[in-house]
Amino acid sequence: MSLYKKKDTIIIKDVTHTYKTETGLLPVIKNLNMSVPENGFTAVVGPSGCGKSTLTKLISGLLQPDEGEVYLGGEKITTPRPTVGMAFQNPVLLEWRTIIKNVMLPLEIVPNKLNSLEKEQRAKQLLSLVGLEGFEEKKPSELSGGMRQRASLCRALVHKPEVLILDEPFGALDAFTREDLWQVMHNLRKEEPFTGILITHDLRESIFLADEVVVLSGRPASKQFFVKVTKSKIPKLESLYTSKSIDLLKSLRKQIEIAQNQQEQNK
Amino acid sequence: MRHILVPLYAIIIFLVLWELLVWVNEWPNYKMASPSDIWPAFWKFKVLFFQYGWDTLWRTVVGLFIAVLCGVFLGMIMGFSKVLREAIYPLLVGFNAIPKATVVPIIALMFVGQHDLNTILIAFMISFFPIAVSVSIGLSTLEPEYRDILRSLGASKSLIFWKIALPKTLPEFFGALKVAVTLAFIGTNLMEIVSPHGRGLGALFDSGKTNSDYPLMFAVLIALALLGIGLYYVVVVLEKIFAGWAERSSD
Repeated sequence: MSLYKKKDTIIIKDVTHTYKTETGLLPVIKNLNMSVPENGFTAVVGPSGCGKSTLTKLISGLLQPDEGEVYLGGEKITTPRPTVGMAFQNPVLLEWRTIIKNVMLPLEIVPNKLNSLEKEQRAKQLLSLVGLEGFEEKKPSELSGGMRQRASLCRALVHKPEVLILDEPFGALDAFTREDLWQVMHNLRKEEPFTGILITHDLRESIFLADEVVVLSGRPASKQFFVKVTKSKIPKLESLYTSKSIDLLKSLRKQIEIAQNQQEQNK
Repeated sequence: MRHILVPLYAIIIFLVLWELLVWVNEWPNYKMASPSDIWPAFWKFKVLFFQYGWDTLWRTVVGLFIAVLCGVFLGMIMGFSKVLREAIYPLLVGFNAIPKATVVPIIALMFVGQHDLNTILIAFMISFFPIAVSVSIGLSTLEPEYRDILRSLGASKSLIFWKIALPKTLPEFFGALKVAVTLAFIGTNLMEIVSPHGRGLGALFDSGKTNSDYPLMFAVLIALALLGIGLYYVVVVLEKIFAGWAERSSD
């Protein structure tokens, strides 16, 4: 119960990034400032093509910002580091490996002291947490889209990363499967606390999962709007249909519209 | 059992129809030999068939092996570097477009009398192209997310290659290898047929031609077909072992 503000794990400070294309310079992110506190979970929403995926690459160190800095746990990011876990819209499971071997993949790369039995136990523990018990030896092609995405989340968390980066992980799933996975995310967060950033196009998803929602402006993206979401630790789906939630969704929708219009004009 | 019996019956039916076709039309054996002519022709030269069959087989396999090495190497270069792909690809296409039958006399003159080397060279030249192309396509079409998953953990380029790029390219590689097997046989025989005093089934075919022993020529063709089937299924077995995951169960 500290009175002080919790340490920020992800800090994005005055970040500007520009792509060099054949037709000229394409600024995607401009003077972006945001942070995610330790064990916090922030959703980032914004118009299509506003630079959200670029943001995930900057945080994971796959890209270097032209200007500004990204800090993870107080350290400036210049290269990729093993303290990051990632999951994308495409679950990108390796088809030639069983589910459990897929989940164990990061443990083959990230330096760790686990022996092979402990690695397996760790993967099994995560798989049962997301409801994939008994599917350890299946191949990805034998699983449904929702199940593959569950496995992909396990792989992102298996090496206990400090930071979890989710780039629209539920975007390709049907609405009911998506809601199931929202519950899975809450369970995971309870059992395996992480600091996370979630890129999404789904406003309901953003307020259901995250503690804070950041709305990015149209390209080049900067922080346009920011809201804290208060809810119980493991919320129920019904909470999305309270008037408080609906008002929040409306105001977020409004912000997206503003951002879209701005992106239209900048074209 | 069914997957052995069905092809076996198909072969028997094929041979019977062939025999009938020749018999009904009363073709002489210089027009078309019938299966019943072929067995005696084979029996008469059975020692040569096994000796020369072995020559053809090992030359083809060695040529194919070199084609795999070079093809995979070229494919890797083209798959990883866009600049090198743009540089090498037209050369490769041009090289592949040259009919290998026209290269045969050039190679034969270049290395006169070195039958093994000549034959292996042609087998290699004719079969490396599909392998190079398939490997380069497999590598260059690797979805960026696959790479990012490992790169974001700080994995090195070679680790990404061994863990993801290589296994993911294997199905394409084996598809190309199946094509390359038959091509390599064609290459081997092109050279064996024109090499004077050479060995191999191609040479046996040529001697059948010079001695007007038509059933022998047909027997050689059948022997080549059998070798081709054998080598092809070796590749199929290797594919099952190394890339069996790509095959989806039908249920």
